[in-house]
Amino acid sequence: MSAVDTPSLSAPAERIRGRLASTPLAEKVEVRDLDLPTLEVSPPEWPALAKWLRDDPECRYDLFLDLAGVDNLKRRGQKTRFEAVVHLHSLPRNEHLRVKVLLPDGTNLTIPTVTGVWPAANWFEREAFDLFGYDFPGHPNLRRLLCHDAFVGNPLRKDYAPGQRWFATDADMKMPAWALDTDVKAGHFETQTLSIGPSHPATHGIVHLIARLDGERISRAETQIGYLHRCFEKMSETHTWNQVIPFTDRLNYVSAMINGVGYVRAVEKMLGVEVPERGVLIRTILSEFSRIMDHCVDIGANLVDIGALTNFWYLYQPRENIYDLIEACCGARLTVSYVRVGGLAFDVPDDFVPRCRALLESIPKFLDDVDRLVTNNRIVRNRLQGTGAVTKEDAIAWGLTGPMLRACGVPYDVRRTRPYDFYDKFDWDIPVASDGDNFARYLVRMEEMRQSLKIIRQAVDIFPEKGPVNSSDWHVVLPPKDAVYHDMESLIYHFKLIMEGIKVPAGERYEWIEGANGELGFYAISTGGGGPYRLKVRPPCFPNMAAFEKIIVGGTISDAIATLGTLNVIAGELDR
Amino acid sequence: MVAKSQTLPAYDPKTGAGGSTDFLTTRLETMVSWARSNSLWPLPFATACCGIEFMSVVSSHYDLSRFGAEVVRFSPRQADLLIVAGTVTDKQAPVLRKIYDQMPEPKWVISMGVCASSGGFYRAYHVTQGIDEIIPVDVYVPGCPPTPEELMYGIFELQRKIRSGEKSRDSRSARLAAERPA
Repeated sequence: MSAVDTPSLSAPAERIRGRLASTPLAEKVEVRDLDLPTLEVSPPEWPALAKWLRDDPECRYDLFLDLAGVDNLKRRGQKTRFEAVVHLHSLPRNEHLRVKVLLPDGTNLTIPTVTGVWPAANWFEREAFDLFGYDFPGHPNLRRLLCHDAFVGNPLRKDYAPGQRWFATDADMKMPAWALDTDVKAGHFETQTLSIGPSHPATHGIVHLIARLDGERISRAETQIGYLHRCFEKMSETHTWNQVIPFTDRLNYVSAMINGVGYVRAVEKMLGVEVPERGVLIRTILSEFSRIMDHCVDIGANLVDIGALTNFWYLYQPRENIYDLIEACCGARLTVSYVRVGGLAFDVPDDFVPRCRALLESIPKFLDDVDRLVTNNRIVRNRLQGTGAVTKEDAIAWGLTGPMLRACGVPYDVRRTRPYDFYDKFDWDIPVASDGDNFARYLVRMEEMRQSLKIIRQAVDIFPEKGPVNSSDWHVVLPPKDAVYHDMESLIYHFKLIMEGIKVPAGERYEWIEGANGELGFYAISTGGGGPYRLKVRPPCFPNMAAFEKIIVGGTISDAIATLGTLNVIAGELDR
Repeated sequence: MVAKSQTLPAYDPKTGAGGSTDFLTTRLETMVSWARSNSLWPLPFATACCGIEFMSVVSSHYDLSRFGAEVVRFSPRQADLLIVAGTVTDKQAPVLRKIYDQMPEPKWVISMGVCASSGGFYRAYHVTQGIDEIIPVDVYVPGCPPTPEELMYGIFELQRKIRSGEKSRDSRSARLAAERPA
């Protein structure tokens, strides 16, 4: 995509330019129109622009979504080698915005931090420091986030070989400086540092929590992540567009289907490919079933942590039943690899609709059982009500989305604020709670499962019995196998797609959908080759986990365990 | 093991002698390994997607407890079977080694899934290319993730191995540990 020379901008971009004109930033910010309104700025002006974007009454970009580093070493026509691409959302205006901070060549890649404007930027900046080597002066804790401390170099730079490893030993596992301080001076003998994890049953994955305890209360905490950093973004740069799909399944592996849908939507938008109605509905139905599976595991695991083991078995059974449906569709239970750019890998089995209807019958029974066992259970209420509470303002400042944000009373759901597929045609509600505590999140998730069932019911009702599931654009979708065997043209398409991958036009795109635990965004850059030049995921649970160390301060250690469960942190997506 | 049934003189309550009974003749090692193979206490080192399938295996539908590997422990001190379920990264490697070292002997390791077995399709800068770089492995279970049936088959294979008294070969992890800079 080339720069827009003529000032024919979209309405939001035009409005931002108009507002900017009256500020001292007008000269220094370039407004462009790509798939989103895009501002370009150099690092020194970035904090002032950030503050203005957040506070200007006609901008109010209050939700910091993502910061993606980009290395333009092998990409032609760019102004500088390194960029930091920030995505923002304005809740009052319901608009997305992209800001590109262009780092001048030949400098030491410095960007002033914006953690003071959006606290959510904290971990995103640390990630860019780790993976790209950007420096953020003023950042409160600029250390490596994903890679281990013995790592050398910045792996997402284009001149870093994908397979270059560095080995960590026990001595490299660094604790934060404050945790080593024994605090003897205070003469307060009940102070101690507790290390939970990296391998601990309550972390459900490998996450390391270091907490300073005063008696039983947490006075300071820090989470260390990256234990499952398996280089998704680097791997996607070395594969073709379709080969990335199995990797996306392993991001949020508890609801794998949703990730694949989010990713291929970004690619389809870049290609301008439309998926037939039947294909879209299959995606919707299985995505909503995946959302139910996700919430089942999240609630079940959370209840196990607070001692209610039975409910885990109650909630696991619908999951097994949904696995049966997914296995019938694509042959895999967990990591589905079912979607393809332009459609799906195969059509669903003939008994798809009866199977869905049987699930719609059986799942509510399990939910009702859990509801009766848990919702008014006094122990559960004591453990969850009032613990891990987040205020609405904090939730927005920390960049929370999904059930976490809705439990604070903000009805932000991408399926409603920016309807994709057929979500605007279905009759469903966004569950919202007001307390923002663990119990509110539990209630929101329970109700979301019921709403998902409602969506599936409507989708199954309008599900066409016959019809294509794939686009017929053979530049994108593999032609049918019998055509490949009998027809030269199809054979050529097949060969080109398998050997070279889909040719996605050069450009960039941020596409976002409602993942199981929040806004799941994919920022894809293509240079016209068969694979992504850069693919950045906006992982919904990443800000949740970043907020964890702030949420639990002041509470007891047992509340922290209950809170960790309701954050719905999936390590594959958190660490990528 | 050979079980034999033999008729003895009638039981005399005064002397305590006699009475009909069944008895076993076996070697002590065989008896012990038979008992061990059917009372495995697994520690799930569940890092990623495979951990979710491990949950399925211990849940009601597949119910691993039918085969005597029921008591899932999260403390390495109480476990004798380490199931590494999921990708192990270089950042986790020291953690995994420490957990393995903390387990009492005798101990066994199942590598669940291709990531744990070989790094899987993550041939990348932060991923350990198989946990046998770090610890010896008894049974490798392929699959991404393995189905519950596959993992259960892996556990049966381990039980067979324990009963046969076979020892695991520690060649790769020992060689790599020697080669690796301290």
